Amino acid sequence: MRIALVATCLGDAMFPQALKATVEILERLGHEVVFPSDQTCCGQMHVNTGYLDMALPLVRHHVEVFADAAEVAVAPSGSCVGCVRHQHAMVARRGGDEDLARAAEDLAGRTYELSELLVDVLGVTDVGAYYPHRVTYHPTCHSLRMLRVGDKPLRLLRAVRGLHLVELPDAEVCCGFGGTFAVKNAEVSTAMLADKMANVLTSGAEVCTAGDSSCLMHIGGGLSRLRSGVRTVHLAEILASTEDGTPARDIVFDTTEVGEGKGVHP
Amino acid sequence: MVEADALVSAREEVLARLRAARDAGAPRGGVPPTPREYRRVGALAAGSAEVVDRLEETVTEYRAVVFRAAGPGDVPAVLASVLEGVGSVVVPPGLPTTWTDGLAVTVRRDDPPLSVPELDGLDAVLTGASVAIADTGTLVLAAGEPDQGRRAITLVPDHHVCVVDAAAVVSSVPEALARLDPTRPLTFVSGPSATSDIELDRVEGVHGPRRLDVVLVGPPRA
Amino acid sequence: MSSTDLGMPTTAPDGVGFLRGSEPFPAAAHRALADTQLRRNLGHATRTIRAKRAGVVAEVPDWEELRRAGEAIKADTMARLPELLEQLEASVTARGGVVHWARDATEANAIVAGLVRDTGADEVVKVKSIATQEIGLNEALAEQGITATETDLAELIVQLSDDRPSHFLVPAIHRNRSEIRDIFLRAMPGVDPDLTDDPRRLAMAARAHLRRKFLSARVAISGANFAAADTGTISVVESEGNGRMCLTLPDTLITVMGVEKVVPRWSDMEVFLQLLPRSSTGERMNPYTSTWSGVTPGDGPQTFHLVLLDNGRSNVLASEDGRSALHCIRCSACLNVCPVYERTGGHAYGSVYPGPIGAVLSPQLTGISGPDDPNASLPYASSLCGACFDACPVRIDIPNLLVQQRAASIAAHRTPTAQDLAMRTVAAAMVSPGRFRAAERVLGLGRFAGRSGRIRFLPYPGSQWTSARDAPAPPAETFRQWWKRTRS
Ligand code: SF4
Repeated sequence: MRIALVATCLGDAMFPQALKATVEILERLGHEVVFPSDQTCCGQMHVNTGYLDMALPLVRHHVEVFADAAEVAVAPSGSCVGCVRHQHAMVARRGGDEDLARAAEDLAGRTYELSELLVDVLGVTDVGAYYPHRVTYHPTCHSLRMLRVGDKPLRLLRAVRGLHLVELPDAEVCCGFGGTFAVKNAEVSTAMLADKMANVLTSGAEVCTAGDSSCLMHIGGGLSRLRSGVRTVHLAEILASTEDGTPARDIVFDTTEVGEGKGVHP
Repeated sequence: MVEADALVSAREEVLARLRAARDAGAPRGGVPPTPREYRRVGALAAGSAEVVDRLEETVTEYRAVVFRAAGPGDVPAVLASVLEGVGSVVVPPGLPTTWTDGLAVTVRRDDPPLSVPELDGLDAVLTGASVAIADTGTLVLAAGEPDQGRRAITLVPDHHVCVVDAAAVVSSVPEALARLDPTRPLTFVSGPSATSDIELDRVEGVHGPRRLDVVLVGPPRA
Repeated sequence: MSSTDLGMPTTAPDGVGFLRGSEPFPAAAHRALADTQLRRNLGHATRTIRAKRAGVVAEVPDWEELRRAGEAIKADTMARLPELLEQLEASVTARGGVVHWARDATEANAIVAGLVRDTGADEVVKVKSIATQEIGLNEALAEQGITATETDLAELIVQLSDDRPSHFLVPAIHRNRSEIRDIFLRAMPGVDPDLTDDPRRLAMAARAHLRRKFLSARVAISGANFAAADTGTISVVESEGNGRMCLTLPDTLITVMGVEKVVPRWSDMEVFLQLLPRSSTGERMNPYTSTWSGVTPGDGPQTFHLVLLDNGRSNVLASEDGRSALHCIRCSACLNVCPVYERTGGHAYGSVYPGPIGAVLSPQLTGISGPDDPNASLPYASSLCGACFDACPVRIDIPNLLVQQRAASIAAHRTPTAQDLAMRTVAAAMVSPGRFRAAERVLGLGRFAGRSGRIRFLPYPGSQWTSARDAPAPPAETFRQWWKRTRS
């Protein structure tokens, strides 16, 4: 199958590993991945911050770029697919563009989050991955409640050889990211993050995974700041990892400033 | 009549605002008909032994106490044991006298109506019920029914004994509502009065009767 | 009131009632988050109620069908609200009740105060009603020399401690048992000095305190959970029996009801009496539900007044998306599942309507006056996690309403804010692939890199991130660069 990759602006600029991993998985399974190079951003940040009028041209651009790019589109991001599926048509209608709304609905029906594409469209749960680590899975809010991906990511993880999946307590509670929420209500966001991190640590996992780089950036940024010894890895990275291929790459955080900032030297 | 004029104009103005708002915010696609795909009839047949047993379970879970009477003839004997140690009881005007004739309790019939202080001086109240809902453990009292009486009599005394005939027991809320007359005051009672206002922990017994005893009349346990 | 206003949907007036706090949400949340006792109380209470609700909802096989019916009945109600209210008025009047209409809080307060004065009473008992909290009725009555006593246990706790309610179901959810004991010992006349913090003992203290008031009250004030237009039947859903006391024993009953509480048919109660208790107290049914229609000779209050309140509701109704906020049946399920509410409590929202639904209802009732309006901050008090929608028994799409109200907040900016300008710049870059690539390269090179070439603490607003979390290290190349390098 010919599959168009929605890189997402954050993924393209900051977390290219998850995208490369997505390409690796799909090509390993024998599919053709295309990358429409004019793509930019689905507009989620604008929509969710309330800039619905400004989001309209972004929606139009996204639909123009992807409408004929391939049969289906995939993004390794529950929240970007959630925006495409549940908000694009709303933004278009609100802007009075019914044709765009219909085109957006058509595209939304063919745009999948990675675990949906693998399990529902391509019909695989065992993607041939090998990842010998103790892993816990955080079901991000938009994957869970906007897309209803259910246990698809868990089914994919259970089929990974060597992987020991451990349960995350209170898994379904938000990690506190929420896009601009994390900066507009930084203190509440941090309080939510504290509980998520406590649950990750309680699980005894060495790796916390999820289907959204943005939530992993949040959870991982907190775990890194606390020097917790738990790392964050995108689901796509785990699924791409094989015995003889490139090992999965962790999300890397900058950790120099805390020691310097506090004047503590080893 | 300045005040009356003001009232009329408030009415007209609120309605005018709401009419304008109704149209301004009307859904573009219109309002779809209400889907009624929920269960109108519950899982257990009304009046069956099974539905009475389920009612016993759900009522008991509220920490009300359930007694069983095999038939109407057994009610007086069961009531005698339920009301053992109780000094005085108020009953609605039309409660069957056969239920209370042999009781070793002072029986006050609410006819003419007793005052609130008089009710406050009585230990218990004994009534029937119009319908009972097994799914939720609910008894419904319809004010003015001969065996149910005024609302105040089941409220002020601290102990309510309610006799429920198997024929009045239904499975679900929709079945119960279909049997009730909404123009008379109704009281849906599910267990003794309770509160969860302190740390969301349920505590039985606040302002309403702190003790609820239910006598189920009908076929023995299924 | 000039004649040009007549008939225009209108927001609630300022200066009366409690629909708006005095500071933006993040500032109020800052204090709440630091109150460790509050955090513990809320965490315990919301966790308890979430578990109870989940248990009783799971045992209803047709829960989703009930939710869909509830949603549709409410949508139908809103589509013909004026007609249904006229029908309700006719039904109630035919059964001996008197119906009053109030444009706003001030008018509702004046109507109620006048009705109480006409009875000659200077004391009233009240059963919990959020509508009367919204309009500041107790304060307005006090100005007229009328003492209102709250009879719901949690309301009593709030009243005795001169506090504000913080939750629909349990207005004193922010207090634990030992705090409640202290409040009773301090403020409840004649209380047993040996009172312990056993919840049963505390409930008994409230019973003893209120009993004489109930038995002697001449006037009661209530709210309404539902009012059926076809039969004029009003419902009050409660637990303790304080509602029954207020609705049964006094001579005069005054019910204050937001116009949105009308439902078309009595038979619709078969849906709501299943949805509300399980969502609210997490029980199969709440201990007591009272329904009545007008006046019943020989039983209960012989004078009944129904006050129908607009106070901004027409403004909410005028918005196609926004009006679904009026569907709310005040079960508080969305509060209990909200990770923000659980950590800040209800006071941080300023309004009597807290939590997710409050964040979308309050700004619509009051309107948003500009970027400094505290209610402008409420729609942002959410991570858009969506837990509220899943819990809502009438399927209100609160996440979508939050986004819509964020848009309304921005629309109230008279001059562009720094955020507006930044968003505009980013949006412009994102519709131009060339500009987007250029911007990405800057990001990829570590725009904010310090001496060591790595990210230090970011400038505002990024500092809000790095205050508690490390920032990800920028990759050596973007995906786009990698693709170009390896694929072409
Ligand atoms: S919005 Fe829904 S969940 Fe929240 S209080 Fe209202 S009815 Fe309940």
